[in-house]
Amino acid sequence: MLLSMTGINKSFGDVRVLDDASLQVEPGETMALIGQNGAGKSTLIKILTGAYSHDTGRIEFQGREVRFGSTAESQAGGIATIYQEINLAPNRTVAENIFLGREPRRFGLVDRARMQADARTVLRRFKLDIDVNRPLQDFEAATRQMVAIARGVTQNARLLILDEPTSSLDEREVAVLFETIRTLKADGVAAIFISHRLDELFAICDRVTIMRDGRTVAVSPMKDISKVDLVRTMLGKELAAFTAKKRAHGDGEGAALVDVENLGAGVRVRDVSLNIGKGEIAGLAGLLGAGRTETARLIYAADRKERGAVKVDGRETNYSAPADAIADGMGFVSEDRKIEGIVPEMSVRENMTLAILPKLQKAGIVDKAAQRAIVEKYIAALGIKCSSPEQPIRELSGGNQQKVLLARWLCMNPRLLIVDEPTRGIDVGAKAEILKLLRSLADEGLSVLMISSELEELIAAADHVTVLSDGLSVRRLASEDITEANLLSAMAHQEVPA
Amino acid sequence: MQESSHSNIVAALIPRSNLQLARLCVITVVFALLIFGALRYDNFLSSYNILSFLRYNSMFMLIALGMALVIMTGGIDLSVGGTAAMTSVVAALLSPYGWPAGLLGGMAAGLVVGIVNGLVVTRLRIQPFIATLAAMLATYGMALLLSGNQSVSASYDTAFVSIGQDDFLGFPIPAWIAIACYVVGWIALERHPVGRRILAVGDGEATAKLMGLKVGRTLLGVYATSGLLAGLAGVILAAQFGAGQPTEGVGWELFAISSVVVGGTLLSGGVGSIGATLAGAILLAMVFNILNFENGLGVISLSAYWQSVIRGAFLLVVVILQAKLMNGRSTR
Ligand SMILES: Nc1ncnc2c1ncn2[C@@H]1O[C@H](COP(=O)(O)OP(=O)(O)OP(=O)(O)O)[C@@H](O)[C@H]1O
Ligand SMILES: [Mg+2]
Repeated sequence: MLLSMTGINKSFGDVRVLDDASLQVEPGETMALIGQNGAGKSTLIKILTGAYSHDTGRIEFQGREVRFGSTAESQAGGIATIYQEINLAPNRTVAENIFLGREPRRFGLVDRARMQADARTVLRRFKLDIDVNRPLQDFEAATRQMVAIARGVTQNARLLILDEPTSSLDEREVAVLFETIRTLKADGVAAIFISHRLDELFAICDRVTIMRDGRTVAVSPMKDISKVDLVRTMLGKELAAFTAKKRAHGDGEGAALVDVENLGAGVRVRDVSLNIGKGEIAGLAGLLGAGRTETARLIYAADRKERGAVKVDGRETNYSAPADAIADGMGFVSEDRKIEGIVPEMSVRENMTLAILPKLQKAGIVDKAAQRAIVEKYIAALGIKCSSPEQPIRELSGGNQQKVLLARWLCMNPRLLIVDEPTRGIDVGAKAEILKLLRSLADEGLSVLMISSELEELIAAADHVTVLSDGLSVRRLASEDITEANLLSAMAHQEVPA
Repeated sequence: MQESSHSNIVAALIPRSNLQLARLCVITVVFALLIFGALRYDNFLSSYNILSFLRYNSMFMLIALGMALVIMTGGIDLSVGGTAAMTSVVAALLSPYGWPAGLLGGMAAGLVVGIVNGLVVTRLRIQPFIATLAAMLATYGMALLLSGNQSVSASYDTAFVSIGQDDFLGFPIPAWIAIACYVVGWIALERHPVGRRILAVGDGEATAKLMGLKVGRTLLGVYATSGLLAGLAGVILAAQFGAGQPTEGVGWELFAISSVVVGGTLLSGGVGSIGATLAGAILLAMVFNILNFENGLGVISLSAYWQSVIRGAFLLVVVILQAKLMNGRSTR
């Protein structure tokens, strides 16, 4: 046994977060760790690595009882961890981030030439060809995630922990990551892999540990458990299947709310046309770099468009900043929630109602009762797990923070809601709830533009999907035509042979 | 081939980051002031003016260096002025026992203050602003206590005052000390792993901790360094004026903070440059120097109060200028 954690208990204040949790990993094994948002996965990991300390319980690593006092100690002890929050220094360069704390040295000083060369070599393994001397913050989320992974796997650890490493990655990058995990595994390195994407767990893991409400409820070899059983054990109940009644006018017959015509800017968005009807959920699909997020940013004026037009209700918009778009009834849940999203020290209530405070004011004073009603409504609707609305948002689990941000935009009652990867990092149970909520809001007249890398999600929820490839809108699929095969071939920009 | 190396050179000249832009900006202003002064005043570039400028201002350069390191971690050290006042008294009191006693005693006193600051910030988790504010009050108090509220003459029997007043190879000793410290500081920040750690901590303490960096030790180190450098500045103060000065040092921390900010180091931490901090300190000192010359011309006579107002206004202009330039290019 490489790692054995047993009887782990942990409370924050008087909230019990882990209750007799356990986790065992054999040498060279890839262990899946799964559970709902807030089940305690990240907390268990942080206890192992010494970021948190546990109240009671026993941890054995490589046959010895350990209690790491800091992450530095666990790293030195042979555990490399890629935490859920991309945990790197944004102002440092890519190369520095990979080697921070263990820089190659020459005469006691940092050997920068070697560090840069080594960084390039490592990144080439990840098929990443970037300028390693640029600050990390210049790169998009997926690249930053890959750099974090590169940092982790080059630590020559016996145990590699990956806490939701794939949530911001596309399929190609996930494949690269899996290849790396397999190579390490061949060298006898064990891994703990946390993800809400079940397919990934089945693809790469040997066994699975299932957590529910801070407790380890089951351990099973991956091949002996079905997806349905896995989900049932994890949720403690059957997954209410999400089958949407699609809109009849999914083919664009309904009254149009937004018409995007030949939109373009720079090279990322070359020529995109799409439309969104009132009460429709429109999907936007494409590979990473196809220009999905960039298109959305042009629509709500986060970037300036150079060509084409965006019409709302038939009138051409002339937003000069997102504030204008918001005033015109648009909402935008960005993909990069860390940067544009939360105010860590503020409570769930404050974070959620930040944008509607002016509306909640009566004679300059916030109407506390109305505010509380809204907050409680969305906590219930999205199943946000928090000890109270007053809990600081930084204490929430990753998935629950995302739900709060989604709620922030929902409670503004927009006409059009643009959601970029709305279920990223959200567990399968809550995912279905969110899609259901979006659908019921659409039934009440909300229009949604949903960017998603998860095809099942588009297939289940979207009335029609516009597929982008290389900055061009190459295909529009409606109702029955939204199938995995059609989406994939359009994304790769090939025609399906008839 | 030819073409790409050419465009590489061009690319190298264009500032790549806001920090480089700020650096460019402060260096340009320094040169502008230099040219302005040289054209307007006869003795501005005289060796007398240059050497006494360096002799006097090396104290400020030293505390600015310590401050820069602290600010890069996202902290602040308000106690440098009080520390310098206190260590000037300590050094003067010890100076009869020989110059090494004065020098090392003053530095040690500064180091102790720095270590206490560091421990209060890291162990007791008190905000740096509060912790060092308390230290500022305490050190001023200590300075007055040790000196009996009077300036304390340094011994002229030992070589102690030479530290502040003499030259070495035709260059003031305090300036040599400042240069040495800046060279060491530059190497530490730009070339040694500790520099990467300092900036990473400033980028986000929680993150740095998760990355397995020794955050507590790093913070302790920068506060200790800042204290040590303030101690050294106090020694130079006592040696230069031949007396420990318990009431000097007021406002020094603001001078240091201004130098650091003008040098493009972000108060939020994570970004900073040693060279630009030096340029920032020189810039602010030069404004002072020019105002003195202006008074000397006798055209207008500026009181110390007006000088302060003008310096403040100038600082504001430079910072606004930098902010404007940066905003202009922050769309990426
Ligand atoms: N510092 C803290 N203070 C108080 N409560 C906390 C703190 N950290 C985590 N929690 C609580 O512990 C619970 C478990 O959180 P954890 O982050 O371990 O969940 P998770 O399983 O990783 O979920 P996700 O899938 O959303 O990442 C959550 O309810 C969270 O609110
Ligand atoms: Mg988590």
